[in-house]
Amino acid sequence: MSTVMKIENIEAKIGEKKILKGLNLELEAGKVHAIMGPNGAGKSTLSKTIVGHYDVEVTGGDITYKGKSIIDMDPEERALEGIFLSFQHPVEIPGVNNAYFLRTALNAKRKHEGKEELNAAEFLRLMKGHLEMLGMKSDMISRSLNEGFSGGEKKRNEILQMLILEPEVIILDEIDSGLDIDALRQVSEGINKMKDGKRTFLVITHYSRILDYIEPDYIHVLKDGEVIKTAGPELVPYLEEHGYDGIKED
Amino acid sequence: MANEGLDKAVSGEYALGFEIDIETETAPPGLSEETIAFISKKKEEPEWMLELRLKALKKWETMTEPHWAKLDYTSIDYQSISYFAAPKEQLDSLDEVDPKILEAYEKLGISLDEQKQLAGVKVAVDAVVDSVSVKTTYSEELEKHGVIFCSISEAIRDYPELVKKYMFSVVPMADNYFAALNSAVFTDGTFVYIPKGVRCPMELSTYFRINAINTGQFERTLIIADEGSHVSYNEGCSAPTRDEHQLHAAVVELIILKDAEIKYSTIQNWYPGDETGKGGIYNFVTKRAICEGDNAKVSWTQVETGSAITWKYPSCILKGDNSVGEFYSVAVTTLAQQADTGTKMIHIGKNTKSTIISKGISAMKGQNTYRGLVKINASAEGARNYSECDSLLIGSECGAHTFPYLESKDTQGQVEHEATTSKISDEQLFYLRQRGITEEDAVSMIVHGFCKQVFSQLPMEYAVEAKALLELTLEGSVG
Repeated sequence: MSTVMKIENIEAKIGEKKILKGLNLELEAGKVHAIMGPNGAGKSTLSKTIVGHYDVEVTGGDITYKGKSIIDMDPEERALEGIFLSFQHPVEIPGVNNAYFLRTALNAKRKHEGKEELNAAEFLRLMKGHLEMLGMKSDMISRSLNEGFSGGEKKRNEILQMLILEPEVIILDEIDSGLDIDALRQVSEGINKMKDGKRTFLVITHYSRILDYIEPDYIHVLKDGEVIKTAGPELVPYLEEHGYDGIKED
Repeated sequence: MANEGLDKAVSGEYALGFEIDIETETAPPGLSEETIAFISKKKEEPEWMLELRLKALKKWETMTEPHWAKLDYTSIDYQSISYFAAPKEQLDSLDEVDPKILEAYEKLGISLDEQKQLAGVKVAVDAVVDSVSVKTTYSEELEKHGVIFCSISEAIRDYPELVKKYMFSVVPMADNYFAALNSAVFTDGTFVYIPKGVRCPMELSTYFRINAINTGQFERTLIIADEGSHVSYNEGCSAPTRDEHQLHAAVVELIILKDAEIKYSTIQNWYPGDETGKGGIYNFVTKRAICEGDNAKVSWTQVETGSAITWKYPSCILKGDNSVGEFYSVAVTTLAQQADTGTKMIHIGKNTKSTIISKGISAMKGQNTYRGLVKINASAEGARNYSECDSLLIGSECGAHTFPYLESKDTQGQVEHEATTSKISDEQLFYLRQRGITEEDAVSMIVHGFCKQVFSQLPMEYAVEAKALLELTLEGSVG
């Protein structure tokens, strides 16, 4: 097994509240890891910690990505190195053209990788296929970033960004919340397209619904700031029947 | 928190603070009848102009400096300022303009050589250094269309009837303290007359440069759009970096006759002073337009990034029926800058319409105030106004204030006002950074998005300039 990311004994707080309490997690490259757990278990804090969100203060432990510690890296550096977070609540940025934003982000990444930047025409060609697959109208990219988007449109836009930026570690924070069945299918299709055996997924979810669409390799149960159990996908039906209370710690 | 890098990101350096190394002829400091006689003589003015100036001085002497704006500054010592400064050897053909001035203008991105302007959009320029217009380009070509484009000093000598008819007709001589001061001591500025039915064939512009030390700049601009004519006019400005405050008190009058239109754009980039409030231009300006005839239209667009203090309310008197007034503004205050700016829309004619879009951006210790009046007279049946005032705060030490005033005598009038104050949120910044965009680029992207409605009103090449300027002002990345 090759580990792409290793989270060791991580302790983190938001404000004065200690949320992660010595959490350990190893992500196997190319696999789909689902993080499940009750509200307040620390699922979103975990994703924020990995991407270096300002809200989170890390008080102990380390996160290594491809063998390097990322704990002191700026958020943009982590992103450029290939870590992507699909936000639970994507923020609206008025007046910033979606296509312009996407191209700026893509070109920042390409520059980081020593590749040539794409011009507007090349970029639009790249977008076209993705938009169709995600069932997005072409005017979505000429609108302001997430402004006035419905819940489903916002999530599709997150997946569009993922498809364009081609990250290596993809964190999906409650990707299925607010999606109707069609949107869920299209979003899942986008995600599955990225499953090539090399990219690694961390699917953070409260419900098991999304796991019918994106098959996980591992289930990690998070409770009170720690991973208390790791198992295969067979744990999902058990959780559905017994809830999180029925889980015995490893 | 996100704010750590922000202050650094928004304390942009002033790129135009150089001094043009030329010899200057300066009047001794002080304001008196002698000073005014001196200016008038320098300008070779007719007697009637001198008399008007002296009348203005008398009125000004009875007035007191206003302090009602939300601006904190010590009163100006008007006797310590020199009211006239001119580059020596002022000559009138391009070959004879001091090469150092030409070079300085090149550095500012403005070519005063008609031959050198590349294919594309022609822009006629009136170049004003301190108290004099040093060069006006394309005057001859414009003359073929009947368009008069010259310095106000020339206009007083060559077109006295037009000047007598319109000067002080929109901004009366003693309209306010600073307008009265300007009326007494104004030196140069631009005069434009667009004849009936003419669409001005090129963009007109004036670039004001303060260069001399211890002087003020008091320009006066007068633009008349005769019936059915159209003109787009742009002004820009800058000044050297100095430790002392310098006063800039201008007056702009626009007259728009029936079916005519003036589009007036400003990119104001006077030296802003430093982060402790040392130095910088005190910018006290009166700008007003009158839509005299039916279906006349005026549009003010301003991008205000400079000056230590800005006191400025470009206004529209909508007298003709169906006339339209617009005000689009982006005002940026960073470092220790203070701005109190906005507009007045006076609806007199029937079915008059006004739009106000104001965007204030405050960073570091900047204080930004929107102050606006919408007045609908009883005669203005069917008048409509839409106002939108948005403030964006970057960091926690700055401030944004909004004072909208409304006086409506027509109960049918439709007035809509929306105001928002938002902070560049950590969430917005983080979102962009999570996509690999640096904090500086992220701030700039959010700010540009915020200003979009206003920038889209600027002529293309000025929009590009405005964007670049905003980046420079707010991003510390010296170009």
